[in-house]
Amino acid sequence: MAVYLFKRLIRVVVLLLLISLVVFMLFSVLPTDPARLTCGKACTPAIIEANRHRLGLDMPYIQQYWLFVRGLFVGRTYFAESPSPIECGAPCLGYSFKRGEEVSTLIKENFPPTFWLAIGAFILWMVIGVFTGIYAALRRSKWQDKAVSGIALVGYALPTFFVGLVFLFFIVLKWGLLPYPSYVSPFVNLTQFLQTMILPWITLAIVSAAFYVRLTRTQMLETLGSDFIRTARAKGVKERVVLMRHALRAGLTPIVTAAGLDLAGLLGGAIITEAVFTLPGLGSLAISSVNDADLPVVVGITLVAAFFIVMANLIVDLLYPVIDPRVRLT
Amino acid sequence: MTLIDGALQGTSSDSFLEVRDLLVHFPTEDGLVHAVDRVSFSLEPGKTIAIVGESGSGKSVTAQALMGLITRRTATVEGQVFFEGHDIVSMDDEELRRLRGKKMAMIFQDPLSSLHPFYSIARQLVEAVRVHQKVSKSEARDQAIAMLHKVGIPSPERRIDDYPHQLSGGMRQRVMIAMALINSPDLLIADEPTTALDVTVQAQILELLTSLQEEFQTAIILITHDLGVVAEVADDVLVMYGGRAVEYGPVDEVFHSPEMPYTLGLLASVPRIDRELGERLDPIPGNPPSLITLPKGCVFFPRCTYSHEVDGQTCATVRPELESTSAGHLVRCHLPADVRRANAVAKLALIAASHTKSGDAPS
Repeated sequence: MAVYLFKRLIRVVVLLLLISLVVFMLFSVLPTDPARLTCGKACTPAIIEANRHRLGLDMPYIQQYWLFVRGLFVGRTYFAESPSPIECGAPCLGYSFKRGEEVSTLIKENFPPTFWLAIGAFILWMVIGVFTGIYAALRRSKWQDKAVSGIALVGYALPTFFVGLVFLFFIVLKWGLLPYPSYVSPFVNLTQFLQTMILPWITLAIVSAAFYVRLTRTQMLETLGSDFIRTARAKGVKERVVLMRHALRAGLTPIVTAAGLDLAGLLGGAIITEAVFTLPGLGSLAISSVNDADLPVVVGITLVAAFFIVMANLIVDLLYPVIDPRVRLT
Repeated sequence: MTLIDGALQGTSSDSFLEVRDLLVHFPTEDGLVHAVDRVSFSLEPGKTIAIVGESGSGKSVTAQALMGLITRRTATVEGQVFFEGHDIVSMDDEELRRLRGKKMAMIFQDPLSSLHPFYSIARQLVEAVRVHQKVSKSEARDQAIAMLHKVGIPSPERRIDDYPHQLSGGMRQRVMIAMALINSPDLLIADEPTTALDVTVQAQILELLTSLQEEFQTAIILITHDLGVVAEVADDVLVMYGGRAVEYGPVDEVFHSPEMPYTLGLLASVPRIDRELGERLDPIPGNPPSLITLPKGCVFFPRCTYSHEVDGQTCATVRPELESTSAGHLVRCHLPADVRRANAVAKLALIAASHTKSGDAPS
């Protein structure tokens, strides 16, 4: 087990480095020049060159990448020759010249809205998706099943920007049922937090729940036909327990897999939903950084998002033997 | 002549188990499946009845209907099943649930797929106890260990925390038996309990079942297609074909003087170790009928080699009824009784002859 974990963690590190390398490479072929963007209206080729040198952008890409990787492990110092050098401690994700902030600080500041959005939406869609899926499975081929499957298909097909904008337009702007979303920490003003988050949660939940309805329904139909379900009923186990403890448990593996990856994907930033509801999360930060060609921030966010996905993969894999005792990790 | 109508009147029964005109139909997209078509039989406490027949003859569905496991949502269930005075067919779900696992229990063909793969033996046995008894988990666990000991699992206190996939097939079926008998039910339905097991293990499991039957005084309904097993352990036998009972009576009677051509065919097609090598088996020609489009007359008519002995189109068009041929022995066949008996004598003599012939063969 320890050996397995060690091997997996090594692979996680390698994978993350590869991902950062790919992002670096992609930036190297972009036509935009970050040095040009640091230069205001009164710009001369000399200033651009000076800035380029100051930012280290005149180094070969491979050297820039090496400095980045080195910074991850031992930290790095920016503007070492200037009177006010900036110390970026390990793990140093980089420094945004555009914003004059360390990337890790920016990510820390923008993470809470993304975190709350992801967690709330996740809980909402899992509860709705799984229970509706079970209900549909129990009413298989009846009108309730067909209605649920039909609605799920529509939900699955709706894009988040559409659902989000419709909510925003009717509920906030037209009917004034909720104030205009303005993010605040739940520890500062819980009411305003909930008023802001409820629509983004529902928006994300509608789209994702649809998938879990279908997945749960399929899984339940498969396990409900199993011999061990018949055994449970023959034992006199209550039907509710048969469903939840025997049938659902047996069909849980794919649901947990999908849930882990979906949650991790959201933690890296729900770009569209954050943009629609103007939540200052990682998704919003990512968009503006891309627009600004702010390479350090883009690489940082990409790494954080990739980190969540890779860790979710690892956690899901570690959960398999907990769910199914026949699985052994090797 | 003496139809069993007389026994069918009244709405209650003093018998331990009495099945009257049990009918199970499943509506499907392809048509109505006549899985069980008016089957009747009865069972005394502590006795064993075997239900035999080919795959698709309705024997497993009969068993599941007796356990109340066929939901009325997916099937039509008619008739009556009186178990200790109560009619299972008209019982509500909650009453049935209280009965299942406590008064009647069931074991299945494939113990690996019948045990939940994700839960330990301990957890599944403890659940079986605590569904029906108000006892603590540790008390239930003690009961489980004692029961595992009874079914012959060595050092059960160590094996009990194993998962089903960690046990051998025979051990798994022992666990199933332990789980079925842990609440001392009065009736055990065993649906092909040895079919999925190694031959050597089959005998052990059967022996275990019969010895536990003696200890607990459990009545057993044994569903099987192994006629050797039937001869070994059953008191009565019910032969099913195409969802209908075609022959029913005490085992000795039915095996020694079978009258329904199908039963004859079954007996003749049993492979025997003492047959001469290379000698052909004597199977019943053709295939079992589709339960959706059953033959109009006798369900066995298309495969019956004796039907030409009945006048005209009777076998093809008229449905035969179960008739009493001797005390407690019922047969569903258009052939006159004396012809049936003569056929049986001839066929059994043939089987015996091939038996003796091969016995002499080595010289």
